Amino acid sequence: MTSKWFKGLALAAALMMPGLALAGVRQDGASFNFQTPVTPVAHDIYNLHQLIFWICVIIFIGVFGTITYSVIRHRKSIGHQAAHFHENTTIEIIWTVIPLLILAGVAYPASRVVVYMKDTSAPDMTIKVTGYQWKWHYDYLNQGVGFYSNLATPMEEINNQKPKDANYLLAVDHPLVVPTGEKIRLLLTAGDVIHSWWVPAFGVKQDAIPGFIRDTWFKVDKPGTYRGQCAELCGKNHGFMPIVVKAVSPADYKTWLADQKKSGTEKTASENPDKTWTKDELVKAGAKVYSANCAACHQANGMGIPNTFPALKDGPIVKGPKEEHIKTVLHGVKGTAMPAWGPRLNDTEIAEVITYERNSWGNNFGMVTPAEVKALRK
Amino acid sequence: MEAAHTPDTTHVHGHDAHAHHPTGIMRWLTTTNHKDIGTLYFIFVACMFLVGGLLAMTIRAELFSPGMQIVEPAFFNELTSMHGLIMIFSVIMPAFVAFANWQIPMMIGATDMAFPRMNNMSFWLLVSGGILMLGSFFAPGGANAAGWTMYAPLSEQMGPGMDMAIFAIHIMGVSSIMGSINIITTILNLRAPGMTMMKMPLFVWSWLITAYLLIAVIPVLAGAVTMLLFDRHFGTHFFNAAGGGDPVMYQHIFWFFGHPEVYIMILPGFGLISEVIPAFSRKPLFGYSSMVYALASIAILSFLVWAHHMFTVGMPAAAQLFFMYCTMLIAVPTGVKIFNWTATMWKGSLSFETPMLFAIGFIWVFMIGGFTGLILAVAPVDIQMQDTYYVVGHFHYVMVAASLFSMYAALYYWLPKWTGHMYDETLGKWHFWLSMIFFNIGFFPMHFLGLAGMPRRIPDYALQFTDLNRVVSIGAWGFGAAQILLLIVVVKCARGGAKAADKPWEGAQGLEWTIPSPAPYHSFETPPVVK
Repeated sequence: MTSKWFKGLALAAALMMPGLALAGVRQDGASFNFQTPVTPVAHDIYNLHQLIFWICVIIFIGVFGTITYSVIRHRKSIGHQAAHFHENTTIEIIWTVIPLLILAGVAYPASRVVVYMKDTSAPDMTIKVTGYQWKWHYDYLNQGVGFYSNLATPMEEINNQKPKDANYLLAVDHPLVVPTGEKIRLLLTAGDVIHSWWVPAFGVKQDAIPGFIRDTWFKVDKPGTYRGQCAELCGKNHGFMPIVVKAVSPADYKTWLADQKKSGTEKTASENPDKTWTKDELVKAGAKVYSANCAACHQANGMGIPNTFPALKDGPIVKGPKEEHIKTVLHGVKGTAMPAWGPRLNDTEIAEVITYERNSWGNNFGMVTPAEVKALRK
Repeated sequence: MEAAHTPDTTHVHGHDAHAHHPTGIMRWLTTTNHKDIGTLYFIFVACMFLVGGLLAMTIRAELFSPGMQIVEPAFFNELTSMHGLIMIFSVIMPAFVAFANWQIPMMIGATDMAFPRMNNMSFWLLVSGGILMLGSFFAPGGANAAGWTMYAPLSEQMGPGMDMAIFAIHIMGVSSIMGSINIITTILNLRAPGMTMMKMPLFVWSWLITAYLLIAVIPVLAGAVTMLLFDRHFGTHFFNAAGGGDPVMYQHIFWFFGHPEVYIMILPGFGLISEVIPAFSRKPLFGYSSMVYALASIAILSFLVWAHHMFTVGMPAAAQLFFMYCTMLIAVPTGVKIFNWTATMWKGSLSFETPMLFAIGFIWVFMIGGFTGLILAVAPVDIQMQDTYYVVGHFHYVMVAASLFSMYAALYYWLPKWTGHMYDETLGKWHFWLSMIFFNIGFFPMHFLGLAGMPRRIPDYALQFTDLNRVVSIGAWGFGAAQILLLIVVVKCARGGAKAADKPWEGAQGLEWTIPSPAPYHSFETPPVVK
């Protein structure tokens, strides 16, 4: 009986090792190894992993092979008598020194990659990345171009009410667009808690830390759309803040950048402080601001989540004086997940979203104008 | 079990001066007996293991399919965070203390622990910490949802559940430190005449070293969470950049505790395995002294590697290199241990009762966990794998499988001594094979998920991860269900079964086998002499 079990164990071992080996061999499949690397750093990491992986597989087979041999040949049930040797200094020195040498062999190429990865000098362009709960903001430094990047997967797909798209949870409204073949330096920070910007195909994972700026870099070999996710637990919607990078040819990038600058100018022009707003206009525009920024916590139906995120339907702030409501949105609530929206949204957007909140879900508490927000900003 | 502790039935000592202990519930509340307290620890651990396990089963149910089905994302974070905290602080750590309580006095020829009353107190403190931790689920806003690591500033956003977790950690930490002081004092002072340090069983050595690690790092954790508490309530800004603090400092302090903590949860396991393998190989441990030195080196190195948990925070190249080299170096003493176990089995006379099966299973899972650890030590590779399922797979191989399997091996090994009965060998073997097979089905694919780019701590995932997540869930459920067998085996064994001999295992060595089975209430009233 026991012998049969041990053949089973040996069989399991034999089956699992090719499973491990598969991890080393499959180049194309994303399921058993790293995603196909598209930057020099990702290539280096890939090769480094292959090296150390195979060393581990070989040692594993050697050691567990020896154990398996003992299990089969040195068993009491076939009458094997125990030897009584122990302590052998020579052997003990050998099995200390050889691993040391192997480790040194791995440490050398690994150190080179560490130094290479840290070299953010002489970039062709720099982009500032800011992590927020739960979205990314990209700022093309010295270009006047900046935008938020939100999850584009609709709630219906997440709640299993609609079939899921091929890029389920890995799609955003505004991807980061970069030129291929150029060294792109990222400066990373965060507005609330720690996030981590990770694109597996780039071999880049860098924490975005509130109050500090860290940098990293990448250079994409070939055009394409590359997808990643926030890698540091950052609260409720940590699993819902993907990263999408579109790498395009330098010429296409120039065209894209020019378009962005143009639409940016148009947007600023539309923000006319003297404009007189109607409540309906504000509510309509506010719905968009709300779903992009507020619905994650306070929910699309304004009910919040009991004991965690307060309901806005009939909520004390919402039905209270306008000034308090504006201040809450502008400055956030210390010690809670409610951030200060002042630095992130302009006066018009804040007025829109507050008016939306005060006039939705059965609320009817009057409108707030951009001028009122502006007055309270100071 | 009851019979095991009634001195009259095992009347080996002419008199029993301490036999006048209370009976019924008061016996258990007021007990100062190391065996009773050991049993209490086991009961506590079993309850918490059940709770922590149910949290894990719920996590795997949510992750069986993409999309949100069973829990809300916020509650999912509570599940993962509390699963980690419960399993670490109220399962693995106290489980090793349970073994220490039962075995250390018996293995060194002492009557009891050095501080029996403190022993009682550290147990009941642990229980109150455990209750506080479980109670935090009912706090407004729910339990801690910032991960078992409770990184600032996310943990500063949490509700009162976080404060309860902080206090629970304080209380459990005090309990751990008291336990450690007790263990160190016992080992250093109460050894039988003739038992020099280098004649101590390896399990005793491993706990001596672990206890020093605990005393060194638990206060560091207490400091970190206290700073968190002050930031949350008393206006300090230790971890708040806006007030001049640094969120990364929390990680440095936390992992200065956290990495030695990892070894706290595995070193006693090394000790247990070093007892079981020679016994069933009928051959002495190959290199006793090198095993002791390897334990000590691992313990010392564990203080020099903490920042390998933080390679992605963006530290200077020099720091990355230092922590990478130190981490890789740990592979050397760890290798020495594995080679020693292998050499012990070599040319032995092996038999495969359940303890030995779990010991060999331990080597299998620990080697996989160790090698993935070595792969993770390489900083550039780690940066790619950090916070992915690869890491989840890695530490579950080390913590669940290796720590847990070492304890299962030891449990089956010593159950006859504790209860006076043999356990059901067939059920034991079923328990092993089901655990081993389902564990590997459940956790091996996690490495592939991590390599392919699935982050950890997410309640929902992209479609390409679906198939492997299904396999993981099935494996995890099977592994969870298999543990019911253990409960059956232990209860059956405590209630009856074939009478166990004083030394039921042919190759077993050590003082615990020189006393009757079940072990009398007070093992050695006159110290044995070790030659």
